[in-house]
Amino acid sequence: MLGKGFAVSAVVALLVSTAPAFAASSGGELKPFSLSTDGPFGRFDAAQVQRGYKVYREVCSACHSMNLLSFRNLGQPDGPFFDAKYKNPNDNAFVKAIAKDYNINDIDTETGDVVQRPGTPADRFPNPYPNEYAARAGNGGALPPDLSVITKAREGGPAYIYSLLTGYHDVPRGLEVPAGKYYNPYMPGDLSSFWSGDKDKVPAGGFIAMAPPLVADKVSFDDGTKSTLEQQASDVVAFLDWAAEPKAGERKRTGFAVLIYLALFAGLLYASYRRVWKGVKH
Amino acid sequence: MSGHSTYEPKTGFTRWLDSRLPIIRLGYDSFVDYPTPKNLNYWYTFGGILSLCLMTQIITGIILAMHYVPHVDHAFNSVEHIMRDVNHGWLIRYVHANGASMFLFAVYMHMFRGLYYGSYKAPREVLWILGCVIYLLMMATAFMGYVLPWGQMSFHGAVVITNLLGAFPVVGESITTWLWGGFAVDNPTLNRFFSLHFLMPFMIAGVVILHVWALHVTGQNNPSGIDPKSKEDTVPFTPYATVKDGFAMVLFLILFSVFVFFQPNALGHADNYIPANPLVTPAHIVPEWYFLPFYAILRAVPDKLGGALLMFGAIGVLFVLPWLDTSKVKSLRYRPTARVFFFLFVLTCLILGWCGGELPDKMVFQVGATAAGDPIGLNFVWLSRIASAYYFAYFLIVMPVLGLVETPDAVPDSITASILDHSAEKKGLAHAG
Ligand code: HEC
Ligand code: HEM
Repeated sequence: MLGKGFAVSAVVALLVSTAPAFAASSGGELKPFSLSTDGPFGRFDAAQVQRGYKVYREVCSACHSMNLLSFRNLGQPDGPFFDAKYKNPNDNAFVKAIAKDYNINDIDTETGDVVQRPGTPADRFPNPYPNEYAARAGNGGALPPDLSVITKAREGGPAYIYSLLTGYHDVPRGLEVPAGKYYNPYMPGDLSSFWSGDKDKVPAGGFIAMAPPLVADKVSFDDGTKSTLEQQASDVVAFLDWAAEPKAGERKRTGFAVLIYLALFAGLLYASYRRVWKGVKH
Repeated sequence: MSGHSTYEPKTGFTRWLDSRLPIIRLGYDSFVDYPTPKNLNYWYTFGGILSLCLMTQIITGIILAMHYVPHVDHAFNSVEHIMRDVNHGWLIRYVHANGASMFLFAVYMHMFRGLYYGSYKAPREVLWILGCVIYLLMMATAFMGYVLPWGQMSFHGAVVITNLLGAFPVVGESITTWLWGGFAVDNPTLNRFFSLHFLMPFMIAGVVILHVWALHVTGQNNPSGIDPKSKEDTVPFTPYATVKDGFAMVLFLILFSVFVFFQPNALGHADNYIPANPLVTPAHIVPEWYFLPFYAILRAVPDKLGGALLMFGAIGVLFVLPWLDTSKVKSLRYRPTARVFFFLFVLTCLILGWCGGELPDKMVFQVGATAAGDPIGLNFVWLSRIASAYYFAYFLIVMPVLGLVETPDAVPDSITASILDHSAEKKGLAHAG
């Protein structure tokens, strides 16, 4: 019969079908990686995201833009530098100081000349390069992607970025690496035409035009955290994951309230249903 | 079933209005006093759920359209602006994006329900066909909506699908040029897709009205497939159906919320968070899950035109279904053999969905290898060929032939009698188990 059991299995099938079924990347199996924000009960670790911002600021931002981010985002609720004292993140003293460190291109409205002025919280993170051509020219022809939504834009998300950053590997013997490229077992790609070894044992992964950006002690953390490669990588991934969806905390909190409300409402409706249909054989 | 109206206006104003525009009477007759078979099960709640979905898509869509910019240079960022800067924009967008999936999930449940209980059979042919029209419009709407955020999958999906139409002889090229508004998928395409994506849900709403009208002329089918014979067989829509539909809607909203609040991107594809770039083709172009079975049928045929025809045929065949089924008995509850073929059909649809998401040359299972090292076994393209064959055979062979040769179980005299039979059968099963 087309009964309740079948309805339940249909729902289960829908849920299962959402499991990342399309593992298209031919890169190696990702390293285990978790963030404090994972899962419905995850908590935001402001200290970690602050450290991650420092890694981005001091390392990645030399090549990668984050066009969708403004300095004010750093000081909004669930942001790394949120301070309950400042309802309006544009007033946040810390955020103001961060922004002021940057020189932002602007137009002098009196003369029409291009000028530079100190940044304000309302400014976007500036681009490291004036345009795409300059970015390619500075990176051997490769374009460093914008990192604003990068953890959502890659299969595997944060675990993939973490594996990529910490996964640079000695080049296997028999693999010829083109000039300006680096071997990374987590980068999707097909290495068979660069491989002179056993045809059935082509190494996993691909080539990437980004030199290993992180090494131990590259960034010194103000809170005394030991600056290992893994620490820097997980912190910067935490920052990138926050940046990809700054409203994720609000989303989960709202979700709990909604689910509790719906559960109570469902209970109430079920009771009404039993009452209304009492005595009607169906 | 429409019977005569029992509505009595109680106040001066409603009496005045009733003799000028009997709209309250219409609502009362349709959703309060309307007699519904009392044996409707939860599979019958998806109709109400679908109305809820349509309303949700329209309301969230209109709000999205206030902030969205249909231009290749701004579309992606305007969606991110909605996610980041618009108050509760993340909620509106995630409800809309996941709502499309929930909507199509509900419509599939609704359609399988119709197939199982024979709801497409006389006198409900027009009702069924109107449903098929809604389904077609929904697919077109969802496809165009998916193009709007202008990510990598949006763009390359649009290229793949619009190119299919180009495979048609004579008119193909004109159709694609017209759809694109030029010679490739570009800004004019995005603009017209936005316009059409805005329009179509209202067309759907129009067809829904016809669908409900047709429903209220013939009356609802029910799990027994027997038409109500006496007042004993039915209950008034309100409160009986309203409370049951309401309960099911809230359960549906719980599932919906789990996706929106905790897994909002699980049904989407990571590549769509990369801004569209015509020069870089994603390694693996896959449509949204609800199109996967049709995508598998498309790729099962080595010829582009043949594939496109078969894919559209897979939907087209639904329109003539009422005349393909030769059985005199509506509900599969009384057709044990047909039931087996039906469940095989459901399984086939799931298998086609699975094939649609995998690369055609990938192996489902491997039994060995040739001397040259090529794998021997079943790959996905062959699995989708087998499944497509059954998909069409179910409609074109099983349905016409089985109705003539099978021996159905005895059909009870009335809905009330069927309820007694059914609960006795359930008890029997419980004892046996
Ligand atoms: C010297 C410039 C440079 C620096 C510094 C740099 N990157 Fe990159 N990055 C690149 C280039 C160039 C690419 C494009 C690689 C390619 O396409 O092969 C890239 C690509 C990436 C990718 C995308 C990989 C993929 O799957 O396509 C990620 C993620 C990334 N970088 C993260 C980072 C992070 C995090 C940092 C800071 C810790 C960083 N990068 C620092 C130049 C840089
Ligand atoms: C039948 C009902 C509808 C369906 C099935 C549907 C489906 C979709 C889908 C699948 C998307 C892409 C979601 C994403 O990945 O971001 C989308 C986006 C969009 N839709 Fe709809 N939609 C419907 C109704 C409407 C209506 C009525 C409007 C406006 C009046 C609308 C406006 C928009 C806008 C502006 C976007 C782009 C923003 C975005 O991508 O989030 N939609 N729709």
